[in-house]
Amino acid sequence: MGLLSDPSRRKVLTGLLTRLNTPICIVCYLAGIVWFMGLAFEPFTLRTYMSENAMGSTMVSSGERALSLAKEFDAHKRQAYDGMPVEWLVKAMQSRGLEVFTQSFSRKLPFPDENKERYMVRGTNVYGILRAPRAPRTEALVISAPCSPGDSNNQAVGLLLALAQYFRNQVYWAKDIIFLVNEHDLMGTQAWLEAYHHTNITGMEYSPLQGRAGSIQAALSLELSSDVITSLDLILEGLNGQLPNLDLANLFYAFCQKLGVLCTIQGKLQRNDWDTAEGYTHAAQTMMLMVLKQACGRSWGDHGLFLRYHIEAASVRGINSFRHYKTDAATIGRLLEGMVRKLNNLLERLHQSYFFYLLPSLSRFVSIGCYMLAFGLLVVILLLRALDLWVHLGAPALAAVEGVTEAQQPSGPGVLTVLTPVVISHLTGVALYLLPVHLQEMAVEHFPVSETEAVVLTAVAIYTAGLALPHNTQRLLSGEGTEQGWKVLKLTALLYLAVLLGCTALINFSLGFILAVTLVPITASMTPHMPKALSALVMVLLSPAFTVLYCVFIYQELIEAPVSVSEGWMLFLSVISQGILDHALYGSLVYPLLALFIYPCWLMFWNILFWS
Amino acid sequence: LDSRLPLVIFLHALTPAAARDEFQEELVIRPLHSGDIYASFQFRTLWDTDFLQEGQKVSHYRLFPKSLGQVLSKFSVRELHISFSQGFWRTMQWGQPFIPSPPGAELWVWFHDTVSDVDGNWKELTNVLSGIFCASLNFIDLTNTVQPSASFKPLGLGNATDHRFLRYATLPREIVCTENLTPWKKLLPCGSKAGLAVLMKSEKLFHSSFHSQAVHIRPICQDEQCSSKAWELRQTLNVVFDLHTSGQGKKEWSLFKMFSRTLTEACPLASSSKVYVDITDNPELFELSPATPLLGQAVVLGDRRTYSVYDLSRAETFGQLRSFNLLLRDMLRPLLHAERYVAGFGLQTGEIHTVIYNNHPYRAFPVLLMDSVPWYLQLYIHTLTVTSKSRDNKPSYIHYQPAKDRHRPHLLEMLIQLPPHSMTEVTVQFERALLKWTEYTPDPNHGFYVGSSVVSALVPSMVAMRTNFTQDQPLFSSFVPVKEESSYFVRVYTEPLLVNLPTPDFSMPYNVICLTCTVVAVGYGSFYNLLTRTFQVDEPSPPLSKRLANLIRRIRGVPLLT
Repeated sequence: MGLLSDPSRRKVLTGLLTRLNTPICIVCYLAGIVWFMGLAFEPFTLRTYMSENAMGSTMVSSGERALSLAKEFDAHKRQAYDGMPVEWLVKAMQSRGLEVFTQSFSRKLPFPDENKERYMVRGTNVYGILRAPRAPRTEALVISAPCSPGDSNNQAVGLLLALAQYFRNQVYWAKDIIFLVNEHDLMGTQAWLEAYHHTNITGMEYSPLQGRAGSIQAALSLELSSDVITSLDLILEGLNGQLPNLDLANLFYAFCQKLGVLCTIQGKLQRNDWDTAEGYTHAAQTMMLMVLKQACGRSWGDHGLFLRYHIEAASVRGINSFRHYKTDAATIGRLLEGMVRKLNNLLERLHQSYFFYLLPSLSRFVSIGCYMLAFGLLVVILLLRALDLWVHLGAPALAAVEGVTEAQQPSGPGVLTVLTPVVISHLTGVALYLLPVHLQEMAVEHFPVSETEAVVLTAVAIYTAGLALPHNTQRLLSGEGTEQGWKVLKLTALLYLAVLLGCTALINFSLGFILAVTLVPITASMTPHMPKALSALVMVLLSPAFTVLYCVFIYQELIEAPVSVSEGWMLFLSVISQGILDHALYGSLVYPLLALFIYPCWLMFWNILFWS
Repeated sequence: LDSRLPLVIFLHALTPAAARDEFQEELVIRPLHSGDIYASFQFRTLWDTDFLQEGQKVSHYRLFPKSLGQVLSKFSVRELHISFSQGFWRTMQWGQPFIPSPPGAELWVWFHDTVSDVDGNWKELTNVLSGIFCASLNFIDLTNTVQPSASFKPLGLGNATDHRFLRYATLPREIVCTENLTPWKKLLPCGSKAGLAVLMKSEKLFHSSFHSQAVHIRPICQDEQCSSKAWELRQTLNVVFDLHTSGQGKKEWSLFKMFSRTLTEACPLASSSKVYVDITDNPELFELSPATPLLGQAVVLGDRRTYSVYDLSRAETFGQLRSFNLLLRDMLRPLLHAERYVAGFGLQTGEIHTVIYNNHPYRAFPVLLMDSVPWYLQLYIHTLTVTSKSRDNKPSYIHYQPAKDRHRPHLLEMLIQLPPHSMTEVTVQFERALLKWTEYTPDPNHGFYVGSSVVSALVPSMVAMRTNFTQDQPLFSSFVPVKEESSYFVRVYTEPLLVNLPTPDFSMPYNVICLTCTVVAVGYGSFYNLLTRTFQVDEPSPPLSKRLANLIRRIRGVPLLT
């Protein structure tokens, strides 16, 4: 502050910042990217460790009934024509000594979901509560298994029932345990959770729950589709990029190590050769996958919806990849029992370890303190540019003070010149957010497309139309745009973008970072004096929609399922429809964020490019 | 003969405390619909004396425990009810218990109306009881004590209605274990040496689904004319054993399997000592060994039940009373049932839902709902809604006492009419308060407890009841005095709630303190500096070369450079 109150030193500092602005910005950008890529390098990461003291060691054994139960369940599922064999499940749970309840729900999707082939959804959840002896029904744990159509996931239900049977005969439970079999995967979970907490965020219709067990402390979701598996995959990414407490991942890892089960994250095994190029690439790929999955803000398993209710949850998925090393259901049963027993021992909710982290492998993590710096380096560019503009805007003002008579001149551009593009950009954003879903019927009438295509194509059309619409808006009110005018607008837009990205990164680092990587270079360098055609092309190629497209390609590349351009385009369209659906069904915020804030902000810079 | 008569009179005058006292013990075993076994012990000590008579100090104790007697007279207690429970009574699976109690500890006391400082007496009493029962009752203070206006009426003699002399508190967090059982057993005349108390082995009692022990003291009539007062001490212990976990699937049960003890004799001090086995459900499928010639009937909780009675004071009972083989069938749905949960998510607001079920097919009846909510959940009473069958149900009586931060809890009492065969939902929204950092418990992330709400009701009975008072009635059916023929009194406790409050991250106080101090110091220091400094345009001092040149010029006498 002493620096700022001294006019001469302030002058030196601002002079330095304006003169060296561009080099500093470039250095910051490169440093941010390098720092981020360095996060996957093992010496820079920390080894994971169990923070929670209450999860002391316990050991266990489990029966082998799971597989026969899975077969029985499969048979009954076939009888019920691929629906859920509700009656059989109720009986099976009752005979195991649980208090069993059912819940029915129904939901009409805003438009048909072509990936999962559903539109009018009607389903039933079955859940059984194991009451802990001498516990006052204040705390509970949830084990859930989605009942999926076809052959998949029968083993998970079988294992769930086998666990229920085994757990029922134990005396050490301190928390009630809820065994939930939910139909229609995420929608069932959503209906059950909303009913359990008596909220209605997404307009789902459901019957109220008859049985409850207090506040849920943790949840595990099982996905097993074969009798033997080669490895277990842990899925952490939840709705809106929320992650469960790191101790849950540590717990899983610790038990995998103890029982000698191969465990993966993002489907990738851990490698020990961190000092080789392959080792580093492997870790970087794992981390990039996590970043991409987190950024897209959807729930990657049933656990993801629990996180909203402050319930630590993870999904465990069995993978059968025809490796030599096989694990049978009994071992997985032991692993789950161990995890549940440790969660049962918890005195408090999981809170000791990190909630914000990236995992380059299961045994290494990057905490928020490390990765935020990469983001900070990118965002500081926006602030530096804003400072530079501020100084430039202020300089003529100082000159005017000396000239006395023209003191009023600098405020010439006025609020209106800035406000008009801002408002029009945002109105375009609102149109992008609202119109696709609401105009689908009209679109279907006039064009030969399905509802889903109509929604997606309307979104693309509005997005493109937005490029043509607002770039001369300031003329409407104040005639010719002035030099001052675009500078003020750019200053506003820069600060707006910095705040937007900052807030996004605090909630969902990955989304904030990916947006910053693509948006910062164009927004920092954009002026009306650049060659129009070339810069317009660059701007479009780095616009939010293209960022999503790149992410689709990179993701496909990373999961080792590369796609051609046309396939990629189809995937891109389905990603858009999924994004809109996720928003409507589960309350994911990525689509509204992009449509209502990021896209209008980008349009403001588009406006600056065509300023005249 | 003449010379002895004055002596007898003299003795009578000297020892008024040689008044009659008697002790009864009783065990009821009832197979439950869920396949569990409910065992309920009751011990009753009756003493024809009055602790509260002026100028008369009771000092001769026989059967009545002296520690409790002294407490009663010292604090002028009219009625005292204390219960410790571990676990939750599952009304829907188990039906109504003989004596209901909420999870954790519950204490309610009516003081005599001569007491001037009720709060002071209450505070001291809780501390003394905490010592007697080895429990954390000393955590009861004014922040969790309420004075219900309607829900807790005296159960004994006297019709006190001024609820200023009533204090009610629960500790939902209290954990009950052997250290509470041992002092409780010591209050019995025979201890755990003889009689039914022999069965109370703690490793078995605490290997169960539900455990509750209680002490109830109240004044009652000595006889039917009610000419004089007697004191009654009832000690009850209720256990539910889980057949599923310990029976290995077999529905076979015996006293030895339940308690790892058999009965050998009645307590010699007891005037009556009986074991009842509920055989109402399918008596022909029961096989009791040994068979008993005695059958008893009792109307309890609106249902006529048949019991096999074993009188332990008769020698022939101890043939080989060991194993009861039971078969079970479905049970009547409980007519009144209530549950409670917290709705909503996030750490700012929430909603407490209390759901009360009336399962009676055609009778509506009123219930009293009492809710005591700690001050750190700030209730918005204007959001209170009561709905039955999706229509607004206006309570006919509401007593609401708002909380004062850090001083007293909210108290909400309502009289609600429950329509027949209906579900009534009472909701009220709350906001979670920010506590001071010293007010958090050592495990703040566990959450904070809200005690059970209490639903009291006169439930219409399915069978006719006798209201005349007879001595032969079993203890378990005679706790709550029945005044009407057509209904019986039931109290239902809901589950306690566990609510998370906004909690600071206590694991890094050092970082927080450092960061805050730095921000405050830097911010404050520089602002203070900027605000207080007077700015003056300062002539920039000439560079060193210029000053040197001027110095030389001054020496030479040439005009200086500017």
